[in-house]
Amino acid sequence: MELLEIFANPSFWFGVLRATTPILFAAMAALIASRAGITNLAIEGIMSFGALFAVIGSWLTQNAWIGLMTSIIVGIILALFLAYFHLKMKADEIMVAIAINLLATGGTIFILFMLTGDKSTSAALNSVVLPTISIPIIRSIPFLGQVLSGHNVLVYIAFIMVFVMHYLLFKTPLGLRIRSVGGNEHAAESVGVFVHKTKYIGLALSGMLAGFAGAYMSLGYMTVFTRGMVAGRGFIALAAANVGGRAPIGSMFSSMLFGFFDSLGNNLQRFSIPNEFIYMIPYIATIVMFAYFSHRRMTEKKRVNKKLAKGQISEEELA
Amino acid sequence: MKFPKIKRVTKEQKVEKQLNITKEVRKIEQRFEFLRIGLALIIALSVVLFIIALVSDDPLFAIREMLLGPFSSLRRMGNVIEAAIPITFTGLAITMVFKTHRFNLAADSAFYLGAMVTLMVGMYSPLPPYATIVIGLIAGFIAGGIVGFIPALINFKFGANELVVSLMLNYIVSFYVKYLLNYVVRDPYSASLQSYPMQEGINLGNLVSGTRIHYGLILMVIVVIVAFIVLYKTKWGYALRMTGLNEKFSKYSGIKVAGVVMLAQAIGTGIAGFGGAVEMMGLYTRFRWLESPGYGWDGVIIATLARGNPAAVPFAALFLAYIRTGADILNRTTNIPAEIISLVQAIIITLIAAQAFLSKQKQKQIVKTSTVVEQAGGQ
Amino acid sequence: MPKEVVLEMKDITKVYPNGVVANENANLKLHHSEIHALLGENGAGKSTLMKILFGIEHPTSGDIFLHGENVKIKSPLQAIELGIGMVHQHFMLDEKLTVAENIILGMEPKKGLSLDFKKAEQMVRDISEKYNFKVEPNKLVMDLSVGKKQKVEILKALIRGAKILILDEPTAVLTPQETVELFEQLNILKDQGHSIVFISHKLKEVKEICDRATVMRLGHYQGEYEVKNISVAEISKLMVGRDVVRNIEKKPSKPKNIALKVENLRVLNDELKVVVKDVNFAVKKGQILGIAGVEGNGQRELIDCITGLESEYQGKISLEGMDKDIKVNVKNLREHGMNHIPEDRLTYGVSAEASISDNIIANRYDKKEYNKNVLQNRKKIVGLSEELIKQYQIKTDSKDTLVRMLSGGNMQKVVAAREMSTDMKVLIADQPTRGIDVGTAAFIHDRIVELRDQDVAVLLVSADINEVLEVSDSLIVMYEGEIAAYFEESKSVSEEELGLYMLGIKKMSSEEIKGVSQ
Repeated sequence: MELLEIFANPSFWFGVLRATTPILFAAMAALIASRAGITNLAIEGIMSFGALFAVIGSWLTQNAWIGLMTSIIVGIILALFLAYFHLKMKADEIMVAIAINLLATGGTIFILFMLTGDKSTSAALNSVVLPTISIPIIRSIPFLGQVLSGHNVLVYIAFIMVFVMHYLLFKTPLGLRIRSVGGNEHAAESVGVFVHKTKYIGLALSGMLAGFAGAYMSLGYMTVFTRGMVAGRGFIALAAANVGGRAPIGSMFSSMLFGFFDSLGNNLQRFSIPNEFIYMIPYIATIVMFAYFSHRRMTEKKRVNKKLAKGQISEEELA
Repeated sequence: MKFPKIKRVTKEQKVEKQLNITKEVRKIEQRFEFLRIGLALIIALSVVLFIIALVSDDPLFAIREMLLGPFSSLRRMGNVIEAAIPITFTGLAITMVFKTHRFNLAADSAFYLGAMVTLMVGMYSPLPPYATIVIGLIAGFIAGGIVGFIPALINFKFGANELVVSLMLNYIVSFYVKYLLNYVVRDPYSASLQSYPMQEGINLGNLVSGTRIHYGLILMVIVVIVAFIVLYKTKWGYALRMTGLNEKFSKYSGIKVAGVVMLAQAIGTGIAGFGGAVEMMGLYTRFRWLESPGYGWDGVIIATLARGNPAAVPFAALFLAYIRTGADILNRTTNIPAEIISLVQAIIITLIAAQAFLSKQKQKQIVKTSTVVEQAGGQ
Repeated sequence: MPKEVVLEMKDITKVYPNGVVANENANLKLHHSEIHALLGENGAGKSTLMKILFGIEHPTSGDIFLHGENVKIKSPLQAIELGIGMVHQHFMLDEKLTVAENIILGMEPKKGLSLDFKKAEQMVRDISEKYNFKVEPNKLVMDLSVGKKQKVEILKALIRGAKILILDEPTAVLTPQETVELFEQLNILKDQGHSIVFISHKLKEVKEICDRATVMRLGHYQGEYEVKNISVAEISKLMVGRDVVRNIEKKPSKPKNIALKVENLRVLNDELKVVVKDVNFAVKKGQILGIAGVEGNGQRELIDCITGLESEYQGKISLEGMDKDIKVNVKNLREHGMNHIPEDRLTYGVSAEASISDNIIANRYDKKEYNKNVLQNRKKIVGLSEELIKQYQIKTDSKDTLVRMLSGGNMQKVVAAREMSTDMKVLIADQPTRGIDVGTAAFIHDRIVELRDQDVAVLLVSADINEVLEVSDSLIVMYEGEIAAYFEESKSVSEEELGLYMLGIKKMSSEEIKGVSQ
C-alpha cells in the first residue's frame, strides 16, 4: 500500500523527529509547571515571543546561540510574570495565560513590523540559524543513519533534555520539592518547604523550556519567524504532558506520537486529500489521545475501588 | 458623687447597627468593583499611549488619532458600532460559558463556522429572502452550539477537561471552514480567494445611512435582552447561576448539575455561531475570511470586563470596539500597526483577573467603615 | 520518683475575633515518659489548645513553659524546632511520593547535586528500627494502609527530633488490629523518654494506654487525673454535661407509620474501613428520632447515604412512597418529601455568594407555583422570601443580601427557612444548631417540634447532649459505626448514662436495640 511506502522512507522518520522536537520541549515545559501545581497555558504565547526574539537576538549579534539565549530569557520572564500574577496577585492562572497568549499574537506582529515593516515574516532580518549536526559513524548506518543524523542541534538537545529533566525531577532535592508543592501544598509547608519560592522556580524552568521550543521553531525547524507559526503546539504540549503522565520520559513518547501524526500529514499531501484535512490530523489525534487516557484514568479509579471493595473487605474487617 | 451616664445599647440597636454595617460593606464592595475595572482600563490605555509616544514620530498626532479618531466622522462612529456587534455576541457566549466555571473556549471557531454555514444557506437556499435569513441565523446558532457541545460532552464522558479539547477544536473547525472556502464555495472567477456571493436580498439591511450599521444591531440588542432575561428570570438561568456559584450546594438542592453545565456551554457557544451568522449577513455578500477573525478572544476580554452580567456586555464591547477602531485609524494614518491593542487586551485581563488588585485598600475601607458605624450606632 | 515536667501550658485563654471563647484558663502538664490523654467532646477546646501548642494559633493570654522556660510558639516550624511534633487527623502526606521522600522532605540528604536516596532510605530504616515501626521506605504512600500512613506521619515528627508528640484522634481511622499495633509503638516511645498527648474521646482506649488525663469541657479545664485512679464513669461525668438545661415544652409524641427505614446499612470509607456497620432503624411519622454520639462515629456517612449524597453502600434505605424502581438521587428524594438540613452549612447548606432569596427557593425553583410559563414568578418568589424572612426572623436589610454577609446564626436560619417550609414527609436535621446562638437554636427546636406535631418524621443528628435529650422523643446512640443504645423515651435517660454509651463504655445488646426498627 502507498502508506507503507511512506513508512519505508527514512526521510519520513527524520521528519517525525523534527516535528517532535518543539512539542517535546513544550511538553516538558508543561509538565514541570504542572508538577509545581500550576497549569501553564501560556506556553503557546511564550513560544511565539521566543521564536521572534530568537531571530532578533540572532540577527543583532549574528550568533544563533545568543538568539537561543534571548528566547530562553524571554521565556523565563514571561513565565515569572504568570507566576507572580497568579501567586501574589491571586489571578486565575488560565486568565493570565490567555492574556499572555493574546499579547503574543499581536505583540509579535507589532514588534516585527516595527523592525522590518513586514507583518508576516522576518525574512528581512538575516538571522543565523542553529547548526545541524552530522554525527560521524551513525550517519553511515543504513536507514537509521538517515533518520538520526543531520538534525538541527536542538533536536539532539531536546532528547538529552528529557533525561536531564528526569534526573532533576526525580533525583534531586529541588525536584522532590517541586513535586511536593504540586502534590500537597500543606504537607510541604508543614515541613518547611517554601511553597511560593518553589513554584516560582518551577515556572522559571517551564519558561526556559518553552524558550527552547520557540527558538527551535525559528532557528531550526524553520529559518525565519512567520506569523502563526506556533499553530497551537503550546496547547498540544499540555495534552502530550498529560498523556505522558506528566513525566519527562512518558512525554517523550507522547510527543513522538504527535510528531508522527504531524509528519504523516506532511507526507499525505501528495494524495488528493485536501490539505486542510491533513492539517487537522495532529489536533484530532490530540483530542483522541487525551480523551482516551483521561477516560482510562477515570475508570481505573472506579475499577480499583470496586476490586478492593470486593476483595479486601474481609481482610480489613477481620483484622 | 455623680456617676457618668452609661448608654444602654438595646438589642434592637445592636441588630440595626449590624444591618447598617452590612449595607455599607455592600456599597464599598460595589464601589471597588467599578474602581478596579476603571483603573484597569486607565492603566491599559496609559501604557499603550506611552508606547505610541515612544514609537511614533509625532506622538500627539498619533494619540489624537487613536483617541479622537473614532468620533471624527459619522462613518467612523458607525465603524465603532458595527465592530461592537460581533464581539457582543462572542462576549455573551463566553459570559454564559464562564458562568459554569468551565473554560470552554470554542466560541472563536464557532463564530467562524456560523458565518460559513450562513453563507452556504444564503448561497443555496431555494426559499424567499426573509425565510432564508431566518434559516441562516438558526443554522449559525446550531452550528455554534454543536461546536460548543463537543468539549462539554467529551468532558462528561471521558473526563478530559474542556480547555484543551476546545482549543484543539478551534483549530479543527477552522481548518474545516477553510476547506469549505477553498473547495466547496470558492468563486473560481474572482482574483482573490473568496466565495460565491449569497443570493439577492440576503442581507440584514442598512440601519443608519452613511454608515454600515445593519439590522444586526437590533438582533444584538434582542439577544442581550433575552440572555439577561433567561439568566435572571427563568428557572433554567437560576439553575445555571447557582451551579456556577456553588456546584455542591446545587447538587444538594436537587439541581441536575451535569446537564446544566453541558447545556450552558452548548447554548453559549451557539450564540457565538449566531453572531457569525449576523456578521455574515450584515456586512458581506461573500465569505472572505481566510483566517478566523479572532472575535472569540475579544469575547473573553469582554466577558472579563462584564463580570458575568449580560447587560454589561454591550458596553464592554463598545469600549473594545472603540479602541479597536482607534487602533485601525492609527494604523492607516501613521506607521503604527493596529496590533498594538493586544497590549491593552492583555493588561485589562490581567488586572481584572487579579483579585488582589486593590483588595488591600478595599479591606482597609471595610474595617474603617465598620468601626465608624459601630461607634456611631450607639447614639 | 516524680517524673520531670517537660511541658506546662498555664491558664491558656483563646478568644477568637468573632467573640467565640475556645479556651478559658486551660491547663496542661506533661511529664517525661508519659502518655497523657486530652479528653473532651467536640467543641470542648482540646483541638484549639493543641493548635496553640503547635504554633498554628496564638493564645489570647497564658503561658507555655518548656522544660521550665517560657516560650512563645509562633509557627509550626518553631514548634518543630522546639521538639514538638503533631500528627493530624487528616494526614499531611503527599500520596504520590514514597515513604522516604515524604519523611525527609525539607531535610533532604545530598550527594553533590543529587538527592542521596541511599542515605534517605538508611535514615528512614534507622529511625523506624529505633522505634520498631515497620515501614518500607520505597513504597508509595498511596499504596499504604491507613495504619501504615499514620506510622509515616509519626516518623516524620520523630526524625525531626520531636520529643513531645501530639496525636489527634489517632484511632479514629484505624482498624482494631492497627490500634493494637499503634499502642505497642506508643509504649516503646514512652519507654524511650517521649511524651505523648493523646487526644481522644474513646474512654476504653484511654484507660488502656494513658497514664494521666486532662479533661476539658466547653473550653474549660476540668482537672487532671491519674487514669488508674479514676473510673470511666467519673470521667464521663466530667466530660459530658449540659451547660444550659433547657426544657422544651412539647406534647407527647404520637408516632404513626414508618416514614423512613434503614436496614442493614454498611458503608466503607475511601480507605475501605467499615465506618457504618449493619445499622438498622426506622423513623415514624410524628416522631423525632435523635442520633446522639460524638462526631466521627459514622453519623456523617450514614446521613450522606440517606440523603442521596453517597450512593456506594450496602443495605437498604426506604422512603415511604418512593418505589424501588425510582432512582435514588437528591432530586427524587426531595420530590418524595425528604428535606435535609446539612451538617456542613457553608459547603452544602447555602450558596454564600448568592442572595438570601436565591438560597431560599433552591429546593422549589422549578415548581409550577414559582414559574409562569417560561419566566419565574417574581412576585411569588419575593413574597415567599419576605414571608420566610419574617417568619424565621432572619436579620437582614434585604432579601437580596448575599448570604455570606450574614452571621452564622442567620445563615442557619436561611437553611431552616428553606428546609422547614415545604410539605415534607421526612426532615433530616444534621447538627442543626451547631455554633449558633441560644435564641436561634431555641427557635429551630420549636419549629422541629411543630413539624413533628404535623406528622413529619424527624431524624435529628446531634453531638449536643442538651439538644438530643430535650428535642428527641426517642433516641439512639452511635459509637464506632454501630448503634450502641436505643431509648424509646428520651426522657428516661440521664446525661451520665448517655455519656457512657457515647464514649463506648457501655453497649446494649441487639435484643435491647431491636425496638428501634419497629
